[in-house]
Amino acid sequence: MATTATATAQRKVKFVITRKDSPDAASYTEEFEVPYRPNMNVISALMEIQRNPVKADGAKTAPVCWESNCLEEVCGACSMVINGKPRQACSSLVDKLEQPIRLEPMSTFPVVRDLVINRERMFNALKKVKAWIPIDGTYDLGPGPRMAESKRQWAYELSKCMTCGVCLEACPNVNDRNSFIGPASISQVRLFNAHPTGEMNAHERLEALMEEGGIEGCGNSQNCVRSCPKGIPLTTSIAAMNRDTTKHMFKQWLGM
Amino acid sequence: MAGNSYLPRKIHSLLGVIPLGLFIVEHALTNYSAYEGGAEGFSKSIDFLNSVPLVFWLELFVIWLPILFHGVYGLYIAYQSNLNSGRFSYGRNWAFTMQRITGVITFIFIAWHFYETRFQVTLGNVKHEDLGQHMNDILSNPVALTAYIIGVVAAMFHFANGLWAFLVSWGITVGPRAQKVSSNICMVIFVILSVLFLLSLVAFRGDEFSSEAAAALSAVSFG
Ligand code: SF4
Ligand code: FES
Repeated sequence: MATTATATAQRKVKFVITRKDSPDAASYTEEFEVPYRPNMNVISALMEIQRNPVKADGAKTAPVCWESNCLEEVCGACSMVINGKPRQACSSLVDKLEQPIRLEPMSTFPVVRDLVINRERMFNALKKVKAWIPIDGTYDLGPGPRMAESKRQWAYELSKCMTCGVCLEACPNVNDRNSFIGPASISQVRLFNAHPTGEMNAHERLEALMEEGGIEGCGNSQNCVRSCPKGIPLTTSIAAMNRDTTKHMFKQWLGM
Repeated sequence: MAGNSYLPRKIHSLLGVIPLGLFIVEHALTNYSAYEGGAEGFSKSIDFLNSVPLVFWLELFVIWLPILFHGVYGLYIAYQSNLNSGRFSYGRNWAFTMQRITGVITFIFIAWHFYETRFQVTLGNVKHEDLGQHMNDILSNPVALTAYIIGVVAAMFHFANGLWAFLVSWGITVGPRAQKVSSNICMVIFVILSVLFLLSLVAFRGDEFSSEAAAALSAVSFG
């Protein structure tokens, strides 16, 4: 027991972290060596750096900032680029990562500090496409229509989206030169348009996708569906919304 | 860019298939007639095309204006992408990257090819019946031949892969199965059209299209 404890205590995990002191500051990298513990994940390593903010060369530094909340891959707050791929830090086990482990912010989004990013554009996109079901009123509307079980099953998969931003980070068309809204909110339009009550406002969501900064920027690289941690069929959602917006366009032309 | 790009993007995608895709097929078959029927077969095909009524207006509205819009707007679309197939090395992402690279190559190739052939006909420097021989002259230069091979293969990839993307962007192929099947079909189209054009390049390099043979032939059929 005692010997294995010292053996694990001596093992170190190497990290190379991209840092940034403020939104406008230049970024730089720092190296850290964190004592290994069995089953540790990237968040527990970051917590260790927070407790003891010393670089690999022994010099003290400011603790690394990151965001996390649920620690079980359902809130999406801890998304960052780990060894080149965007993913959740809380579900990234150190044992399964190649070392040194490289942590970078998802720089498709504005970087606030170190690994902390601002995902506001995703929440704005959800507002733009009205990703909710309007049932507020001055009197009780009574129960809505039921959803078929067969539909509920695939719609449930779409509802797992945690607005983590990984699909936007992976997309070559989400950038400053392109107004593409990004895969996540397009899939949410499909979800809310599939709902029997949400369907009553389907045209509003489709029209939002047909405005500038909507669905049109998709270039079919399909990185999103390969990257989504929740396995959401994003490219199917995008193609389905391509179909629905195309139909809607013809209906508008024909005045139907 | 100001305004709403929903419609321009959709039209850009459509124009690549109709009419430009149809023109590519026509062009491939006309050229292939040089391989199959030699100089005579090729000049018959050209005669047929020139006999089509309103040929100038057809060229203008079915070929030149769509190409201009598709090409210029396409360059803008390419500019709007951050190519990342190094980081996300997936098949479809490579196709995405290649679609943009081949698009730029095709744009340059078509501009050059148009200048050398159709535009020279307009200027009166080359006659329709001498086009085969004219191609022979161009392709006898190894640099030009290499450029033609690259241009033709790039253009055919761009068309075939663009057809796949058109089916997605217009919401025709929705599920992964449909997109997989259409991807296989489009790659077969890529190979077939590339082979047709490459064979016509082989034919144009043949002796039959060299200056003397063409002179003899035109003396017979157009004399
Ligand atoms: S669709 Fe997937 S990758 Fe995109 S934000 Fe939602 S959970 Fe994250
Ligand atoms: S902390 Fe919630 S997803 Fe990682």
